[in-house]
Amino acid sequence: MGPLVPDLISQNLNYILALFIGIAFGAILEQAGFSSSRRLVGLFYGYDFTVLRVFFTAGIVAMVGVMALEHFGLLDMNLVYINPTFLWSAIIGGVIMGLGFVVGGYCPGTSFCAAAIGKLDALALIGGALVGVLIFAEGYPLFEGLYKAAYLGSPRISQTLGVSPNLFAFAMVLFALVAFGVASLVERKVNGKSVQPLRWTPSRVGLVAAGIVLALSAFSFTDRKAELLQLAQDERLVRSYPVEAMSVDEFAFRLMDEEDDRIQVIDFRPEAEAAQERLPKSYAFTVDNLFEQEPSRLLRLKGKINLFVANDELTERRMAVIAHELGFRRIQILEGGLNAFREQILRFQPSRPPQGMMEEFTYRFRSKAKRVIPELIRQNKSSAPVKKEKKRVLGGC
Amino acid sequence: MNETRYMNPYLAGVLLGLLLLVTIYITGRGLGASGAIKSFTVAGVEAVAPRHAQSAKFYREYAAEHPAGGPLKNWLVFEIVGVLIGAFLSGLVAGRLKLVTEKGPRIASRTRLIAAFIGGILWGIGSQLGRGCTSGAALSGMAVMATGGILTMLGIFAGAYAFAYFFRKLWI
Repeated sequence: MGPLVPDLISQNLNYILALFIGIAFGAILEQAGFSSSRRLVGLFYGYDFTVLRVFFTAGIVAMVGVMALEHFGLLDMNLVYINPTFLWSAIIGGVIMGLGFVVGGYCPGTSFCAAAIGKLDALALIGGALVGVLIFAEGYPLFEGLYKAAYLGSPRISQTLGVSPNLFAFAMVLFALVAFGVASLVERKVNGKSVQPLRWTPSRVGLVAAGIVLALSAFSFTDRKAELLQLAQDERLVRSYPVEAMSVDEFAFRLMDEEDDRIQVIDFRPEAEAAQERLPKSYAFTVDNLFEQEPSRLLRLKGKINLFVANDELTERRMAVIAHELGFRRIQILEGGLNAFREQILRFQPSRPPQGMMEEFTYRFRSKAKRVIPELIRQNKSSAPVKKEKKRVLGGC
Repeated sequence: MNETRYMNPYLAGVLLGLLLLVTIYITGRGLGASGAIKSFTVAGVEAVAPRHAQSAKFYREYAAEHPAGGPLKNWLVFEIVGVLIGAFLSGLVAGRLKLVTEKGPRIASRTRLIAAFIGGILWGIGSQLGRGCTSGAALSGMAVMATGGILTMLGIFAGAYAFAYFFRKLWI
């Protein structure tokens, strides 16, 4: 699951990757014509809309791509850098940059690109930008109030507007298509060319149709998480799903055995309840944790048995089904759930004198467990729940 | 050298979008540019006036946010070095390498250079307030649907269109 940094790709390798990503970035910008200031600002005077086309196409491709990766559970957006929202400084900073664009003719990225092929005006702009940052840095006490005002966290636009991300993306695609069409009309008019009517060639009709099908499909597929949660609601399927179950006696034995470090108890009870009775070798977990990159790493530890516990066995089974479908292995559940465990071990009351060897052993074992385990729960110092610490990637400019 | 034509803008857009997507998938962050400029500025100040860099608040906050290895050991600095290489190679292949001041037909080169410098200053200040520029805030922000990035993008385009009329002599 992405992002691959910092788990699969080390920080140092990341710097090397940055170099190669930059090379591709620079080459694409240059090939697109972003190394020419007159071409860039053409957008604002109506004679060249290259920037609009490249920028919005790129934005939409990346946006839809991110949505798709998220949809199929391939990218954990909790770890991806989402630009924070400081309302006023975002807008005012944007307007200042817009002014800088029509005065200077480049934006910072394109200025590096243009400077690399010998544009002296781009070099002047880079120089100015260095001075601009210096002015900001030295005048920071002046700017700080505005810079930090109206902090709204790092919301995504769909949350801010209260619409589904799919709908927003769909609207953006529509907006871009209309903008592309209008841009072509304006461009031809400003440059004094005759406006050609749009011809519906088979290939264009095919492209549009494919686009519409793709867009509609986004609404009809539920995402992986919703699908699995749905699956876990199907009681018959959950009951017939093959999951290994551990008896309450084995569970009690493993809890008491200090040498046994193979078992890790994954506690799915509500956190408040789990906090009151923190089992040894246990980690508080939620169904959401299963879908998150950081907490779910716990379940991938080699050689460990993941024992899913909850009050009732059905909940344990549901979680086990989801986990199994997500590709986690070595999962067991506690037979009868913690309810049975409490009933038969913690509140063990022999109803009749033991008969035969087996019952005699069970009797003795459970009596001992009844004494020892509550003590272990009291002493349990590994009581910290799974930390949902989000090591968000540091990004932005 | 014969100049070759530019790439189809939609094709370039798709390639740029895919590059951004791969970048986000691998590194968990988008592309950027103004962050590198900030790193260069901070590095410059640290070299010229180290005592000032230790005391002024902006540099202290920067150091706190970027703990590892000084301002130049930064993802965006590596990326921007790549941009320079990539654009140079692209220009070389397309036959566009040339020392020139690009300007509108009605102004002198000197005017253009001064305007570019002033524009740069505005970018420097604006990108700090906006926490990113067209790449880091607008494009990458749009890709992850970040409200802050999209607001900044709207600000940039609104600002540019609002002021375009007053600076038309520079360009047309």
